[in-house]
Amino acid sequence: MLSADHVSFRYAPGGPLVVDDVSARLAKGALVGILGPNGSGKTTLLRLLSGTRKPTAGRVLLGDQPLDRLSRRDIARRIAVVPQETELAFEYSALEIVLMGRHPHLGVFTVEGPEDLRIAREALASTGTDQLAERPFHELSGGEKQRVVIAAALAQSAALLLLDEPTASLDLGYQLEVSTLLQRLNQDDGVTMAISTHDLNLAASVCRELILMRDGRVLAAGPTNEVLTPENVRMLYDVEADVRIHGDTGHMTVVPVRRVTR
Amino acid sequence: MSIRRRIVTIVSLFALGAIAVVLWAPTVGSTSISLSRAFDTGIAWEDNVDAQIFFVARLPRVLSGALVGAALAAAGVVLQAMLRNPLATPFTLGVSSGGALGAMLAIAFGLEVGLMGVSSIPIASFAGSLVAIGIVYWLASSQKRGLSTNVLLLAGVTLNSFFSAVILFVQYMADFTESFRTVRWLMGDLDVGSYSPIIAALPFIVAAFAMFAILPRTLNLLTLGEDVAAARGVEVIRTQRLAFLSASLATGAAVSLGGPIGFIGIVVPHLVRLMVGSDHRVVLPASALFGAAFTVLCDLTARTIMAPLELPVGIITALIGGPFFLWLLVKKS
Repeated sequence: MLSADHVSFRYAPGGPLVVDDVSARLAKGALVGILGPNGSGKTTLLRLLSGTRKPTAGRVLLGDQPLDRLSRRDIARRIAVVPQETELAFEYSALEIVLMGRHPHLGVFTVEGPEDLRIAREALASTGTDQLAERPFHELSGGEKQRVVIAAALAQSAALLLLDEPTASLDLGYQLEVSTLLQRLNQDDGVTMAISTHDLNLAASVCRELILMRDGRVLAAGPTNEVLTPENVRMLYDVEADVRIHGDTGHMTVVPVRRVTR
Repeated sequence: MSIRRRIVTIVSLFALGAIAVVLWAPTVGSTSISLSRAFDTGIAWEDNVDAQIFFVARLPRVLSGALVGAALAAAGVVLQAMLRNPLATPFTLGVSSGGALGAMLAIAFGLEVGLMGVSSIPIASFAGSLVAIGIVYWLASSQKRGLSTNVLLLAGVTLNSFFSAVILFVQYMADFTESFRTVRWLMGDLDVGSYSPIIAALPFIVAAFAMFAILPRTLNLLTLGEDVAAARGVEVIRTQRLAFLSASLATGAAVSLGGPIGFIGIVVPHLVRLMVGSDHRVVLPASALFGAAFTVLCDLTARTIMAPLELPVGIITALIGGPFFLWLLVKKS
């Protein structure tokens, strides 16, 4: 559905390759986690996949069309993005933020109609934020903000959702809520997702496939239970870890044991 | 209430207010006139003193105030959204000081040739604005990827102080009368004398507003950040270019018509946001209308408060705007 074909990227000409010859594939209905230490190129890879940055080499295909041939509007109808953090320059209500997700579906002078409002309300409801609709966004807590931003992405009615560390700023309760939400969206609504995260246990419990990145390169990729091995965790983070199946949930769990030097 | 209804209702109310102010303002002055008499077509033009005062003596000044106020307020809204900086003004990016320098040079070198009823000073001012726009735009887009808003801000602020230095130099070297005229010009003057300067500035302001018209929803999205806006389907670089060029064009035309009247571009957008929220589909047109009314009222105050002495309108807008701006700073921090 969405695939990166040997893509590389550098931010400044002559600068280091932040993404170095990466190929990845998001099949329809997939739920892929992207793991890697800070600066490994996860966020940049998501930007390349969403087309907000153009690869310096290689190409990204949406279906069978190269992404750079599509307009931003066409891409936004099919790919929605949840950023790590959302900072507003002006004050908007949660509902206004979610309605902005309808942008790619509206003409230049078209105003959101009843159908757009219904979709926005539905998105708020499915993220459990419908009671926050009229509240000013900047007054919401971190978890509430993140769920409203996910709702805005859902309102885009895109079949693909790319999330950049969606749980990074959340406490344990909200982490669980957001990860349950993402799982439900994937399973019930068939939304294809890629999630970059530092949270190995989130990745282990939610994602069916993983891409492990280090220094802009793919270290390993494949089904979660095959890829999430102590050896790979060690290569990825220079950390010795204990990887087990958790009894009650059946998920893999990763417990870091000690730092090792390469 | 549907979103469309809300937009139409609020903007209509602001429009009614602006029209009322524009019709009422010309009736106030040393000679009071009656609005109904001025519009009475039953009286011959030669005999209708009220109509003559209304249409010949006072309306050009009111209309230029309305046009300048609308252009500066709308340009302020667009630049604040595009730079994601609530404290940006139409004068932040150096356009107005370019315009001021142009006017200063025309005055100092006595370029008093008129072109079709328009004095050379506004033309020189507009040319100065265009030069400033060109320099700032070139600096900000010389980097590889699109338009850098940081460079835009820094280049604008730097250009502002550079042009101000050149203006001071020109003033210092000019003789006393010229120097007084330049100072007077810098304080803003809406007494344009006839309709010709308004008609000359109108096409540029209309062009700028035509560009403004397609911006509002993308401005909403830009305030979430460039990457988010792009992911929601906004062509970010194209929008930023359009916003910068249209706001600069409006500013340049407004400055050439009325001089660099300060604070309209920041006071009005913020007051309007306090009243109607941040949706630019409401804020942009409402600010233009409110800016028109606000400027006309400030000018009315300027010409009546110490009558028969007329104060420069820039003093009144600064007296209201300065404290307001400080209050805003304190409130934001």
